[in-house]
Amino acid sequence: MRPVRASAISSAGQRTERVDDDPVSTPTTTSLQITAARPYPELIDLPWEVPLEEWPEHHLAALPRGISRHIVRFVRLGSRVLAVKETNAPIAFREYRMLRTLNKLDVPSVQPVAVITGRVDVHGEPLNAVLVTRHLQYSLPYRALYSQTLRPDTARRAVDALAVLLVKLHLTGFYWGDVSLSNTLFRRDAGAFAAYLVDAETGELHDELTPGQRNYDLDLARTNIAGELMDVVASEALEADFDEVIAIADRIVSRYGALWGELTEAESFEKGDRWRVDARIRRLNDLGFDVGELNITTDIDGTTVRIEPKVVDAGHHSRRLLRLTGQDAEENQARRLLNDLDAYRAATGRQSDDEEMVAHDWVAAVFEPVQRHVPRELRGKMEAAELFHEVLEHRWYLSEQAGRDVGIEEAATSYVARVLPGKPDERAVLGVDTSAIRVIADR
Amino acid sequence: MATVTFDKATRIYPGGDKPAVDALDLHVEDGEFLVLVGPSGCGKSTSLRMLAGLEDVNGGRILIGDRDVTTVPPKDRDIAMVFQNYALYPHMTVADNMGFALKIAGTPKDEIKRRVQEAAKILDLEAYLSRKPKALSGGQRQRVAMGRAIVRQPQVFLMDEPLSNLDAKLRVQTRTQIASLQRRLAVTTVYVTHDQVEAMTMGDRVAVLKDGLLQQVDTPRRMYDHPNNVFVAGFIGSPAMNLLTLDTTEGGVKFGDTVHPVERAALAATGNKLTLGVRPEDLELSNQGLPVVVDVVEELGADAYIYGTLRGEGGTGGGDLQVIARVDGRRPPEKGSTVHFTPKVGHVHLFDDKSGLRIGA
Repeated sequence: MRPVRASAISSAGQRTERVDDDPVSTPTTTSLQITAARPYPELIDLPWEVPLEEWPEHHLAALPRGISRHIVRFVRLGSRVLAVKETNAPIAFREYRMLRTLNKLDVPSVQPVAVITGRVDVHGEPLNAVLVTRHLQYSLPYRALYSQTLRPDTARRAVDALAVLLVKLHLTGFYWGDVSLSNTLFRRDAGAFAAYLVDAETGELHDELTPGQRNYDLDLARTNIAGELMDVVASEALEADFDEVIAIADRIVSRYGALWGELTEAESFEKGDRWRVDARIRRLNDLGFDVGELNITTDIDGTTVRIEPKVVDAGHHSRRLLRLTGQDAEENQARRLLNDLDAYRAATGRQSDDEEMVAHDWVAAVFEPVQRHVPRELRGKMEAAELFHEVLEHRWYLSEQAGRDVGIEEAATSYVARVLPGKPDERAVLGVDTSAIRVIADR
Repeated sequence: MATVTFDKATRIYPGGDKPAVDALDLHVEDGEFLVLVGPSGCGKSTSLRMLAGLEDVNGGRILIGDRDVTTVPPKDRDIAMVFQNYALYPHMTVADNMGFALKIAGTPKDEIKRRVQEAAKILDLEAYLSRKPKALSGGQRQRVAMGRAIVRQPQVFLMDEPLSNLDAKLRVQTRTQIASLQRRLAVTTVYVTHDQVEAMTMGDRVAVLKDGLLQQVDTPRRMYDHPNNVFVAGFIGSPAMNLLTLDTTEGGVKFGDTVHPVERAALAATGNKLTLGVRPEDLELSNQGLPVVVDVVEELGADAYIYGTLRGEGGTGGGDLQVIARVDGRRPPEKGSTVHFTPKVGHVHLFDDKSGLRIGA
């Protein structure tokens, strides 16, 4: 798929507008080319004639936190934070297109913004192309999942999220080729994490993956996770022995296997046990997937029924929440909010009312008042859905302590006063792929 | 170490009507460096991935040594994809960075230490084993990444366009390093590239693919001197070989106002046209022969390349055709002038103008 080409915004000096049909043209001319899905006029003002490594601090949203395979910098542009990665033009274009495709397929991944080629420095020497992506708000690199030490439990939850992401990717036919914690961003998801793909450089999209491709990705994931965790242990930020590290890394294989099996394996049963069709669909829903297509076949004498999910879509709870309330949330957050909505429905005796109507009232009477408790200066701490989940958790503790049902308003007041101020600000936690060192010879 | 054999190996993608790799027969010797090269979509990467176990084999077999691995999972094939993952871990020593995958695989400590030492010796990294990657130069880091594959002591190394994300200068440098390392290790290596220069400079032998079909497999020298068909003739060599469709005549082909002699048997085997291939360095300025109008002169010092246009009267049957010739850099013809060329004797390649296959020796 070719990207929509928005021509560069011409400015003074040697930067000129040029739309080239050849997206892999090497930067031998002095014209800067910006390929973008939507025009970002501010992009032209960045110092493209300077190697990314030497960009002045006032352009950067944060100083680089580590060493990376590529040179990556975060830039604040208007109200947005962008990640800028230096690489060669064909690779930048390829990854740009791949990320666009993944976005269209609803795969959790970062959003591509632009590819910039034709860069030259002040002496006219060509500079590498860059890929610009949008920073994913409230996302955390795995090394930011811990401030001082990483608890094995947190590492396990990150691996679980990565397993779900890998299954989603494989279901869409995406072979990653470099699965690792470093190439993933994590968003909080009601006590768990939701994983997003960051680096699609080695990825390929196929109609369907072969078992070999899936196994290879999985084997590489296990090795990389173990290596990354061994590195965290070496930095003394994780207290775990080698066996524990291996157990956490092995978890990617077992979690992936269980989820993949549930989502794709055929199941046979006696004709009389037809309830098992419904049970299978419910199990898939509980795992957060909708069944788009289910093959049901019976054998010749009609005694055995065989079912096999053919098309499954992730985001069962997220979609339902969005439909009912207009709220965008991760899967576990959505499940949590929907549970509260169901509880509200029961408590207000409105089981026979239209679900959309009840949801509308719940948003107005429960969800939004909780959000209003948060003063403006604390809003960068976490997303609305995560805050709601936290308040529900807090209410549970308060109720247990008090030995009575504490109301949501009281819980929200207490949470905002006592807990929220101590939480880190996570709207824009920036971290370069810190575990990877650039393996490119110095010039 | 082992040989690699593709035995009529075929890959058809689901829903595809024609094979991505079509009955590939290829034998790689023990310790050999074989390069698969061809244009985009030729099947070179698919072939490599069939060997790696990433693509299903729909027909035929793949063997590593005597072992049929056609249906063996990737991790049990005893192969290593080099450079696939070249991230280094900052808090771990160079030795740990090289040996960590062995540790995960449960290899005994002494064995890991021995293998890491051996690899470090080959890679000239012995003095750095207890350092952290940050203290290394870029080139040393790259060698650590190679070390990670070496310590696994696989039977076969696989490399899929490993240099594609490097800039031109580094590509040349790394190319040399990989080739010399492979020779020292003598591990059977299959290497994929789209760049024929990379193929010709690195491989013991080169296999050219097009549309899923193997066109020719030969040493770089033989491939250059004796291309089996028009495709290989045009693909291998830079600048490319001149391929001219010429009229046959009594005793040869018309080459401008001269006749280039062709053996009678070869002439008899073809129609009234054939394709004549001649490399830019095998054309000589002459008073007669092919008339070429000089469009561009590219001066390289000792040599110059002429990019010119062959006029219709040259015997091509109408239309302009580009001709590239290497001439003496001190006295190149002027842009805009018309010059004549004849081919050096014994340096002409003849191909059937319909089948594209080589005619004669």
